[in-house]
Amino acid sequence: MIELRDLNKAFGDVKAVDGVSFTARDGEITGLLGPNGAGKTTTLRMLYTLMKPDSGQVLVDGVDAAVDPVSVRRSLGVLPDSRGLYKRLTASENIEYFGRLQGVDEATLAQRRDALIAALDMADIADRRTDGFSQGQRVKTAIARALIHEPRNVILDEPTNGLDVMATRAMRDFLRHLRDQGRCVLFSSHIMQEVGVLCDRIVVIAHGRVVADATPDQLREQTGEASLEDAFVQVIGSAEGLSA
Amino acid sequence: MSASLIVFLKEVRENLRDRRTLINSLITGPLMAPLFFVLIINAAVTRETDRAEKVLKVPVIGAEHAPNLVAALKRSSIEVVDAPADPEKAIRDQENDVILRIPAGYGEAWMKGEPAQVELLFDNSRQDSGALVARVRNSVESYSSTIAAQRMLVRGIAPSVAKPIVVASRDQSTPQSRSGIMFGILPYFFILGAFMGGMPLAIDTTAGERERQSMEPLLINPVARWKIIVGKLMATSAFAMTTVFLGILAFAIAGRAMPTEKLGIVLDFGPQFIASTLFVMAPLAIMLASLQTFVAAFARSYREAQTYLAVLTFVPVVPTMLLILYPTKTQIWMFATPLIGQHVSILGFLRGDVVPFSSLLLCFATTAVAALFLVWMTARLYQSERVAITG
Repeated sequence: MIELRDLNKAFGDVKAVDGVSFTARDGEITGLLGPNGAGKTTTLRMLYTLMKPDSGQVLVDGVDAAVDPVSVRRSLGVLPDSRGLYKRLTASENIEYFGRLQGVDEATLAQRRDALIAALDMADIADRRTDGFSQGQRVKTAIARALIHEPRNVILDEPTNGLDVMATRAMRDFLRHLRDQGRCVLFSSHIMQEVGVLCDRIVVIAHGRVVADATPDQLREQTGEASLEDAFVQVIGSAEGLSA
Repeated sequence: MSASLIVFLKEVRENLRDRRTLINSLITGPLMAPLFFVLIINAAVTRETDRAEKVLKVPVIGAEHAPNLVAALKRSSIEVVDAPADPEKAIRDQENDVILRIPAGYGEAWMKGEPAQVELLFDNSRQDSGALVARVRNSVESYSSTIAAQRMLVRGIAPSVAKPIVVASRDQSTPQSRSGIMFGILPYFFILGAFMGGMPLAIDTTAGERERQSMEPLLINPVARWKIIVGKLMATSAFAMTTVFLGILAFAIAGRAMPTEKLGIVLDFGPQFIASTLFVMAPLAIMLASLQTFVAAFARSYREAQTYLAVLTFVPVVPTMLLILYPTKTQIWMFATPLIGQHVSILGFLRGDVVPFSSLLLCFATTAVAALFLVWMTARLYQSERVAITG
């Protein structure tokens, strides 16, 4: 479970994140939705301890990220905004490198690697060097290496960015699969159809603030709009930056 | 397995797969010094042997005024040739190295027993003509003293009267110490080797990692950042050390093929030279690897880092050049200064001097301390958010 309490972060005069609080629960997919530049990536970076918040608190499975960042990072699987691979290593070697850094022993590592390669349907590329991989192949590899230590909590920053239709569908199925295993799944997106079909709970961020935190049905009820798209536009205040 | 070791093994494996890095670290870097010296030494040997054996052709103006002098020149392997129309211009245009002018008044002065003047035309700013000028001057002067001795004998005076003091040269340089002059730049090549060997990794593990956007995922792993940096520095240092080691080895082998004995130089490239040089270079390789990594961390892209590091490469030239321009007696503070310490140590090994072990230890220790400081600085730099975040 992930809890954010009143997070603040400013870059110079710009308040990128302005008092963000929400909770992502185990066995649920939580969608962090907002237009480009709303503060999603900065919020997630504070969550996975790459940035220090100016104020506020991050709790992952009850552990304060400011107090024990290393064990917080151990309980998180992260697909960050930057998802570069080592192109002179094969997909498997990329996955193994992160597994070893996570402290997974060699026998377990081999077993989990093979399981992830099967689950993500990437057996054909596993032993190829990642140089020249397609966007979809790169994302699969990056997800596999993020999950090699079997984290309870999975965070994905715009996971379907740049993927084609088939790859996007496969990605959604995979996220549901993670949820059904009882994990806490938190992902960010600026594409509201995606959030609508996938999420158990939606947190809408605009201008660094949480403007809605509800289930898709509740959101439609609150705004009195029949379609999710109209509901989003209403809570954000404009259609700016929301793209399909 | 410790996190640093995991990072180290991965960086080594990844860079061993890069052909450009391999060629740079295993071939270009190590072979630079031996190639340079084989070329220079061979050129020097060819020139020296040419000089000593060749009949020197010297244009002489007014040769008809002094047939005996001209005959004496011929006896010392100097061939007298016709002078150009404008001798001053010929010297300036570098068509001739040296021209001898015998004025018309030569014969008259000679007959009166007055000093007969001859003129040597040359350009002192041209280094390579110096030896030729000296040869002509020596020939004229030795003829002059022969005549002086004859004249004194004719007058019943012992020639030794005119030489109250005789200077006898006793050169205390050894063939090995003479080599120091020619090889003064060699330490720089080893230092440059360390630079070149570590450079691709220093960039790839920092700016390269940011450029390909793999830095952020790497730093999210539950590992202290300093451990990751130490692993990266270990890999960079290992490549730098390999280049230095291969460079020393290649030089030791090439040294046997250099015709140095023809220049009166003896070089010592035994196992002792290899071991001692490695001993003082090891901490320097780590220090330079850290320095490169530290600087490259400020760059956003591979290309930018390359620019910074190219500038950095000129830093070790400064102490080397100062020591070549102002050769001073080796003092203890020199051993305590990184770069200069390596320079004077390696020159000492080359000259066959006995460099006290305490001085070497001092050189090793101060460089190691500097290296540790730079490792710490680099690790500290990576604590900042600015370095970790790509976008």
